Amino acid sequence: MKSLTLTTAALALMATGAMAQDLRIALQSDADILDPDQSRTFVGRIVYASLCDKLVDITPDLEIIPQLATEWTVAEDGMSIDMTVREGVVFHDGTAFNAQAVADNIERSQTLEESRRKSELSSITSVDVTGDYTLTLNLSAPDATVMAQLADRAGMMISPTAAAETGVDFGLAPVCSGPFSFGERVAQDRIVLNKFDDYWNADAINFDSVTFLPIPDTTVRLANLQSGDIHILERLAPTDLAQAEADPDINVVSAVSLGYQGVTFNTGNGEKADNPFGNDKRLRQAFSYAMDRNAINQVVFEGAYAPGNQSFPPTSPWYNTNFPIEERDVEKAKALLAEAGYPDGVDLTVQVPNTTIPLQLMQVVQSMAAEAGIRVEIVSKEFATLLADQSAGDYQASQIGWSGRVDPDGNIHQFVTTDGGINDSGFSHPDVDAALNAARTQADMEARKIEYDKARAVLIDEAPLVYLYHQSWITALDAGIEGFTPYPDGMIRLEGVSLSE
Amino acid sequence: MLSYFLRRVAIAIPTILLISIFVFALQKLLPGDPLLVLAGEERDPEVLEFLREKYRLNDPIPVQYITWVGNALQGDLGTSFRTNQPVTELIGQKLPVTIQLAVMSLIFAVLIGIPAGILSAYKKGTLTDYIANIVALSGLSIPNFWLGIMLILLVSVKWQLLPASGYVPLSEDFWLSIKTMLMPAFVLGTALAATLMRHTRSAMLGVLTSDYVRTARAKGLSERKVVLKHAFRNALTPIVTLTALLFGELIAGAVLTEQIFTIPGFGKLVVDAVFNRDYAVVQGIVLVTAVGFIIMNLLADMAYFLLNPRLRSA
Repeated sequence: MKSLTLTTAALALMATGAMAQDLRIALQSDADILDPDQSRTFVGRIVYASLCDKLVDITPDLEIIPQLATEWTVAEDGMSIDMTVREGVVFHDGTAFNAQAVADNIERSQTLEESRRKSELSSITSVDVTGDYTLTLNLSAPDATVMAQLADRAGMMISPTAAAETGVDFGLAPVCSGPFSFGERVAQDRIVLNKFDDYWNADAINFDSVTFLPIPDTTVRLANLQSGDIHILERLAPTDLAQAEADPDINVVSAVSLGYQGVTFNTGNGEKADNPFGNDKRLRQAFSYAMDRNAINQVVFEGAYAPGNQSFPPTSPWYNTNFPIEERDVEKAKALLAEAGYPDGVDLTVQVPNTTIPLQLMQVVQSMAAEAGIRVEIVSKEFATLLADQSAGDYQASQIGWSGRVDPDGNIHQFVTTDGGINDSGFSHPDVDAALNAARTQADMEARKIEYDKARAVLIDEAPLVYLYHQSWITALDAGIEGFTPYPDGMIRLEGVSLSE
Repeated sequence: MLSYFLRRVAIAIPTILLISIFVFALQKLLPGDPLLVLAGEERDPEVLEFLREKYRLNDPIPVQYITWVGNALQGDLGTSFRTNQPVTELIGQKLPVTIQLAVMSLIFAVLIGIPAGILSAYKKGTLTDYIANIVALSGLSIPNFWLGIMLILLVSVKWQLLPASGYVPLSEDFWLSIKTMLMPAFVLGTALAATLMRHTRSAMLGVLTSDYVRTARAKGLSERKVVLKHAFRNALTPIVTLTALLFGELIAGAVLTEQIFTIPGFGKLVVDAVFNRDYAVVQGIVLVTAVGFIIMNLLADMAYFLLNPRLRSA
């Protein structure tokens, strides 16, 4: 018996020895605190994809699929969701995962004072634990966005034992139930995760450890991949695309993101909204007509991104096809300017973050707008200042971006509804409010789409935000990496990914 | 000497206090709201208000400062807004990294700068002098970031000799650590070497034409002895002062170098902290840097006593 155990151990050792692999992933910046309830960065979410399992996950086509929750049904009246969770799952500290753990997690997300997840879970009024592995989420009103929220940080399950012990400092040594457990972190240098042998889907994991390295400079990030110091890098700069594609040792994959980039106009946020562009939608329409969105994509982004004119990319099922991307029409823009009383042109001040890409983008926008008679003055500001001015309404127009959410609501509701949390434009329109509020409560996709289409028709006409393009998540991989799938949410999922040297 | 030393330390205290007030005030003058940056894409006003209270950002600025000084005196420099790590812990992690970079860069600077300076002074007006001057001028003029990226592309990508970027602690793997730090130290060191070379050259030129050097030569001493023992020793005082002052330049240069080579040191920490308005971190780093600067100056002053016997009696 003893020798059998020894042989097994030796075999296991050999197996791990043969594939004792550390996967090294370069991130564009350092993650913030590693507590799913408190964190807010995109790169933090990339780390979580290996560290913390969620109740549900998404497919590349944005369908919601089981992860820790295996089944769920929304009640007839939409007021509750019955859920069954996976059996045999343990957290990295050995605590068992069950329905009670889900209840504890949701409670923490809703009540921890530092929690950033409150608004995402605001429609859940209570959780009934109906069995060891079954529970019911009670909702205050039908909410079509809940399951999508549970596919992101709000649905990440952390160990209730660890959470109770460490409280607000949980992020210094996070304990979840994902494929890898927390190893160590040196701020701005690396985050190391080690394979979790008791992971419920451990067979799909082919690495013994993952190291995340924040490398902000795009050139240096690519150089590290070329020299073999890293295996995967996220967000390759479009300017480096040609170089990376020409390298036989590198594979490049990409997926159009869920987010958008564009320009927001101050239409009702404080005194500064009282300006020609804030007061007259025709000027904002003229600005939009003056833009050649394909040319922007070609000139600034080497054609690697996707042109756009709505809060969802044209590839999204939520895109309103009645409003395709407008062809550039300078004459129409000039006519609108004249109609609005500015036949000799009009001035517009746009604030931009003082980094290379936004500045390049705005210079292209500037020259396009100039041809239609809109004289754009670019004011470049350091990001923290820009953000403060934008939320305080101290601006005329501002360059904006959004990383995107799985559920369409996350891309639109908070920006253009009257009481929206990030409505920096100060936009307010009763039809938009009504349509977007109604869309939240519709469980049926067709019915929801009708509401979004209604809102879109108004938003295209009013143009408080002029959308320009959708970023693509361009991931560069060592040629030895196999089985990697790019996702529109930009996350790096390691199930089924392997590395041959 | 001891009383002199103590006097210097006493003077340093108000200096540090002034610097901390200055930096604190400057940070508050910066536009931008740390919590908006902290909030990221989601901005829940309720949470923001809670955090404002928690980090006491609603207090009047003088009160905030006094609270900070009170805590700092007890060894608590606050916590980072961004990662919740204590600032002292962050500094503890970063300080050895930057010290390693600084020391290795200084070694490069001294090994290149001083011999080149002596040589070009000794061979003044010859081809050697001109070449040394051109090299020094290039060292001064070539921007750090350009040289850094070129080296990465050549040494790491093309020849694959050294790691492209990053950092390995000395305790983890000594040689790999030195190897990883070699390129950044060279980049930072060359810029300093140029300054050092120019100053060594002018100091040496002054000394080489002085009477006692002529006397030494007249005595029939070997050129080697004249230049290295007699002349160089006297030229050393300004060079030591400069090297101590270069420490400031070193820290400033480290900011850039660490960005390029993604070294998790002080420079990177402070730059990221300023952009994120991570007040406590910036304040902590500036404090430690100021103390470091003062210590370097003190050490330089002490070195004069060792180098120049005439000062010892004073």
